[in-house]
Amino acid sequence: MATQSDAENQSSAVQHDSRLWTEDITLQYDDRIISQNLSVTIPHKSFTVIVGPNACGKSTLLRALSKLLKPTAGNVFLDGKDIAAYKSKEVARKLGLLPQSSTAPDGITAANLVAHGRYPHQNLVRQWTDADEAAVLSAMDVTNTTNLSNRFVDELSGGQRQRIWLAMVLAQETPVMLLDEPTTFLDIAHQIELLELFKDLNQQGNTLVAVLHDLNHAARYANHMIAMKDGQIAAQGDPREIVTEQLVEEVFGLRCTIMEDPVAKTPYIIPLGR
Amino acid sequence: MRHIDFGRGYVRLKGLLKWRIDTRNIVVTAILLSVTVIAAMFALTMGSVELTVREVLAALTGQAEGTADTIVVEWRLPRVIAAIIFGAGLSVSGAIFQSITRNPLGSPDIIGFSSGSYTGALFVMLVLGSTSYMNVAAGALAGGFLTAVLIYLFAFRKGTQGFRLIIVGIAISTILSSLNSMLLIRNEAEVALTAAAWGAGSLNGMDWGQVLPAMIVVIFFLICAWAMNRPLREMELGNDTAMSHGVRIERSRFVLIFIGMALTAAPTAVMGPVSFVALAAPQIVKRFTGNEESLIPSAAMGALLLPAADILAQSIVQDAILPVGIVTLSLGGGYLLWLLFRQARSVY
Repeated sequence: MATQSDAENQSSAVQHDSRLWTEDITLQYDDRIISQNLSVTIPHKSFTVIVGPNACGKSTLLRALSKLLKPTAGNVFLDGKDIAAYKSKEVARKLGLLPQSSTAPDGITAANLVAHGRYPHQNLVRQWTDADEAAVLSAMDVTNTTNLSNRFVDELSGGQRQRIWLAMVLAQETPVMLLDEPTTFLDIAHQIELLELFKDLNQQGNTLVAVLHDLNHAARYANHMIAMKDGQIAAQGDPREIVTEQLVEEVFGLRCTIMEDPVAKTPYIIPLGR
Repeated sequence: MRHIDFGRGYVRLKGLLKWRIDTRNIVVTAILLSVTVIAAMFALTMGSVELTVREVLAALTGQAEGTADTIVVEWRLPRVIAAIIFGAGLSVSGAIFQSITRNPLGSPDIIGFSSGSYTGALFVMLVLGSTSYMNVAAGALAGGFLTAVLIYLFAFRKGTQGFRLIIVGIAISTILSSLNSMLLIRNEAEVALTAAAWGAGSLNGMDWGQVLPAMIVVIFFLICAWAMNRPLREMELGNDTAMSHGVRIERSRFVLIFIGMALTAAPTAVMGPVSFVALAAPQIVKRFTGNEESLIPSAAMGALLLPAADILAQSIVQDAILPVGIVTLSLGGGYLLWLLFRQARSVY
């Protein structure tokens, strides 16, 4: 899915192992400062997971990375260029976002919703091309939703609906995908199903950045982890190296013991309680 | 090649225009437009001089003699064509605002644009003392525009929520209504009566000179609305999703509100406030098409609804022509009550 854009960007890519990073950004809503002097680098082709307690600025960072929120200081860089200098549709062809909450219009069918992901590739004259058709087909295949295509979105189960929204992001055919709490509200089986899908997408060469609440899921699936606290980075790197009892206590204020996940050989956090 | 099952039929254009058009939208639009043509023919035969369809057709093709030609082409046609175009404009305006506010109550007649136009017209008639048609229309246009700006500034100051627009709109609408009453009461009965008649909303006695400028404005903004349909549909997915698809939502929303405002203001300036069409037409057509992916069926519904209401207004009372606004207001009142009940039920 990323091959074509990769070739395009070979020449423009700077000497940087990342295509998406921030330099000293300040993020705020009105007067409320969420983050200051935040510099984050998303490694190229990584599955980066951002973790941290509620209101630590994870989602805000994701919004800044996707040009939804303009930093009041500092810059976000995408493929070596300030993201603010891109046209909105250009960004949308490089970078997809699965927001925390979306609304499906009344009476829309699944395939029509997925087709919305093609918006950045379309214009008034070119509203539906073979490329659009192919992208939607492939996105629905990958998310295993082809059999749902003619169903109304509001009739689907939570797990099916989330896969449809993900298919919409995939249909956008962006090499980078940002996912804001994609597994919230899903049962454990559907959470794992989705995380496995992210893993596959990552192995196919896509860069994924997800905000996750479940530390164990994060430690198991991420190949790069960013732990945030109070709008700052507390630690970042391979979860097998950075997830320690001290870090969990420092970031979440939770005492725990860490064992090795017998299946994935990744850190597994067990809270101690009081 | 495998095809996607969208769950709905569609027609695909593959030429210069690469489009995918929903079949049901096409069918619904075609039926509505056909009925509109029939209604228009019927309206052209109606009036103090009853004509046959054959006579009307002769007049339309320029083969009729003096009187029939004058009656059809000069007197009745402008009224009918204006009703069709203005109906389409009002309906699309309603569809835009309902989509932006994500609420069927968020239509321009509810959120105060019509009251603002009325205030502007009253100001010209009662305070400036001019009843010239063009001045009143200009006053109505200015009033509607100022009200829209006011509502926009109050409702969209920071963050943007649809419901806020409705609440602010209703509040401003109420204030303007009392202002309108005050203007009417403080003036001589005769002038006040003319003003009140304008406020009822009517197509009576319209000639080409009166309706043509507004019709051109409405057609222009209908095309603009069509061009903005795609970002509008994206915005229905939520602000974050729309932005992540590359929609500049603040700009798009402003443009759409301006278009919606113009589509209400131009017809209102000519007819006076005519409610119900903007409120109901987009909702009714949704029942037929089963989706909200296009503004075009809404336009067709409005294009039918207003002339139909005007026919009703002309025939409901014998020997008198009611203002069309009275008809739509009575119908709209009932519809609004039903809508409020239904919304209240879904909330509690």
